[in-house]
Amino acid sequence: MNATPESRAPLSGSRIRPSAPASVASSVSRISARDVTVHYGPKQAIFDVSIEIPEKSVTAFIGPSGCGKSTFLRCFNRMNDTIEGCKVGGLITIDGDDIHDPSLDVVELRARVGMVFQKPNPFPKSIYDNIAYGPRIHGLVKTKAETDDLVESSLKKAGLWKEVADRLDAPGTGLSGGQQQRLCIARTIATGPEVILMDEPCSALDPIATSIVEDLIHELRAQYTIIIVTHSMQQAARVSQKTAFFHLGKLIEYGETEQIFVNPKEKQTEAYITGRIG
Amino acid sequence: MTEILETEAAANDRRRAQVRKSLARRNGAETRFKLLGLASVLAAMAFVAVLFGNILMKGVPAFWQYNLDAEVFFDPAVINVPERPVQQPGQSAADFQAEMLAWQRRLALVNWNRLITASVQGAGAGVEIDDRSAVSVIDSGARFVLRDMVAADPALIGQTRTVRLLLSADGDNWAKGKLSRDLPDSRQQLSRPARDTIDALIASGAVHRSFAWHIFTNVDSRASPASAGLAGAFMGSFYMMLVVILLAVPVGVASALYLEEFAPKNRITDLIEVNINNLAAVPSIVFGLLGAAVFINIFHLPLSAPLVGGLVLTLMTLPTIIIATRSALRAVPPSLRQAALGIGASKMQMVFHHVLPVTFPGILTASIIGVAQALGETAPLLLIGMNAFVANIPATPLDQSAALPVQVYLWQGNENRNFFEERTFAAIIVLLGLMILLNALAIWLRTRLERKA
Ligand SMILES: Nc1ncnc2c1ncn2[C@@H]1O[C@H](COP(=O)(O)OP(=O)(O)OP(=O)(O)O)[C@@H](O)[C@H]1O
Ligand SMILES: [Mg+2]
Repeated sequence: MNATPESRAPLSGSRIRPSAPASVASSVSRISARDVTVHYGPKQAIFDVSIEIPEKSVTAFIGPSGCGKSTFLRCFNRMNDTIEGCKVGGLITIDGDDIHDPSLDVVELRARVGMVFQKPNPFPKSIYDNIAYGPRIHGLVKTKAETDDLVESSLKKAGLWKEVADRLDAPGTGLSGGQQQRLCIARTIATGPEVILMDEPCSALDPIATSIVEDLIHELRAQYTIIIVTHSMQQAARVSQKTAFFHLGKLIEYGETEQIFVNPKEKQTEAYITGRIG
Repeated sequence: MTEILETEAAANDRRRAQVRKSLARRNGAETRFKLLGLASVLAAMAFVAVLFGNILMKGVPAFWQYNLDAEVFFDPAVINVPERPVQQPGQSAADFQAEMLAWQRRLALVNWNRLITASVQGAGAGVEIDDRSAVSVIDSGARFVLRDMVAADPALIGQTRTVRLLLSADGDNWAKGKLSRDLPDSRQQLSRPARDTIDALIASGAVHRSFAWHIFTNVDSRASPASAGLAGAFMGSFYMMLVVILLAVPVGVASALYLEEFAPKNRITDLIEVNINNLAAVPSIVFGLLGAAVFINIFHLPLSAPLVGGLVLTLMTLPTIIIATRSALRAVPPSLRQAALGIGASKMQMVFHHVLPVTFPGILTASIIGVAQALGETAPLLLIGMNAFVANIPATPLDQSAALPVQVYLWQGNENRNFFEERTFAAIIVLLGLMILLNALAIWLRTRLERKA
């Protein structure tokens, strides 16, 4: 299969539909990417990457800086659409649905696939409104009581409830960095996503805040399919079940985390893990 | 061993000496730069101080004018009019109206100057003063003051009242000492008896200064310059600002939002962007020409109307507001947009729920500054006929009207320099006061909104 941006449109209609029931029935993988390419203008950033990501587990993307981890991650919620000149080719399906299908609204996709960014970016609004905003725009809550409940349960899932229960009206930007990042996770959880994408969620946090967020990722795994980009191999080893190693826009190796770190098959992977490239 | 240590110590010393030397140079440069900056700030402040000091010194005296507290005898021999008509039972409203008008016309024909002459002559100056000189002391608008008093209360006829009569422009000049006392009679504006009367009445306290409220309540006047005011120009400017605020702000902000957030980035939008930037640099008089050509010649809107002025100023202000709003939008950190989009907000929701609220203070400030600029703009208004002499307070934006900056221009060109120089500066003070008010509003709103955000 040689999917270029031009050939993607007809593909999505003809090939993905028949294959969809199979992947749901087997229920092995929730997200599947086939021959994904990404171009920034004339520059290609991702080269024919295919990957199957299992549900309710944590998958880590590792690789040297500039190898395209963030770019590839942004394909899953089509955040690349918002970047001027960025073109994505190939097939990406979630639960068998082609995410580029014209009948699928990108807004709906982003409600299903939440994203946590590298730098905590709470809205400059109250903690309460930060959480309530997503559910409100998606029409998930009707009454004030429902909203209150959802805010509380989301904050509890993100392990932030105890710290902020008494100041829900305070601005979200007034929290510490670690708290802000957990607020962003709670905000993502509140819209009830199936998948959560995290792009280096701990890189702006100190070790203690990092370990709190890592514990949180552990707990969230039971409910959500999580993809996490990380620069820290220790973190990948601690939180993920599967690990994908990227280099220069290509997927070099993908497998069980333990296998990747203990017994890498590819020379480049080994070189990166042992600190020889990166 | 010791030798090595010594050379090392020497090297260290040398290095430190070098650093110290360069430090002195750097500190010197910094000090000089600071002094230069301070000097520029002081120079700028001095300019502003001189400008404002000059304006205030010249303009403030205009707000106090000389009046004569005159004993006016409403002489029935002079006010020779029948009784004011009363509506008879059975008389139609139209008939009564016609009768009333006829009576008022009779009243207008009365020689009110005779009352004024008599009261000036009887003011106790102890100076022999002829009728013409006596009339020249008092503002010619005083006639209408007396007429209106009688129209309102005909019972005054036959009585004596103390009435505060404004001195004429020449009288005011003389009283304020703006006219040289050494000039020969032939070159004086006022006759000798008139001048002597004023001097004597100032000494007796009958002629004195009081605050000239009529500057704010009267319209411009050629016949009686002493009572000329800014009310018409003020309302004209007010209507124009209304048009600018109602048109330029929403249209400008909406264009900026569309161009910055929604429009595809291609040749056409690039072209539009370049054109908007160029438009901001177009001299304002060109907008006036455009306004005259489009609004007056094609759409046949009336000349001298604040609506047309407002439309022209709107065109002029639009680029300013668009550019300022766009730069405010660009300053929004991308992380905020990502946060909104990442959670599944549509583009419109991202813009209106997140981007616009944080840019609101900036947009507001830009708008108010744009409006303040428009308020002071003169040149384009001259081309749409707003420099015409209009002695009316416009009731609607379609009536003929003056405007504050144009009023400054007109008064500045008035041939009675002695009197109108002061008046011009008074108008400038009012204009600047309004601008300072608008800018203060911008600052106040911004700090308030920023604190809330
Ligand atoms: N908006 C963009 N426009 C153009 N090129 C981009 C853009 N974003 C990323 N790139 C390029 O795409 C390649 C992959 O970038 P990406 O940000 O995905 O790398 P990354 O693996 O996330 O790196 P890091 O670990 O440093 O975050 C890089 O060569 C980068 O220069
Ligand atoms: Mg990255």
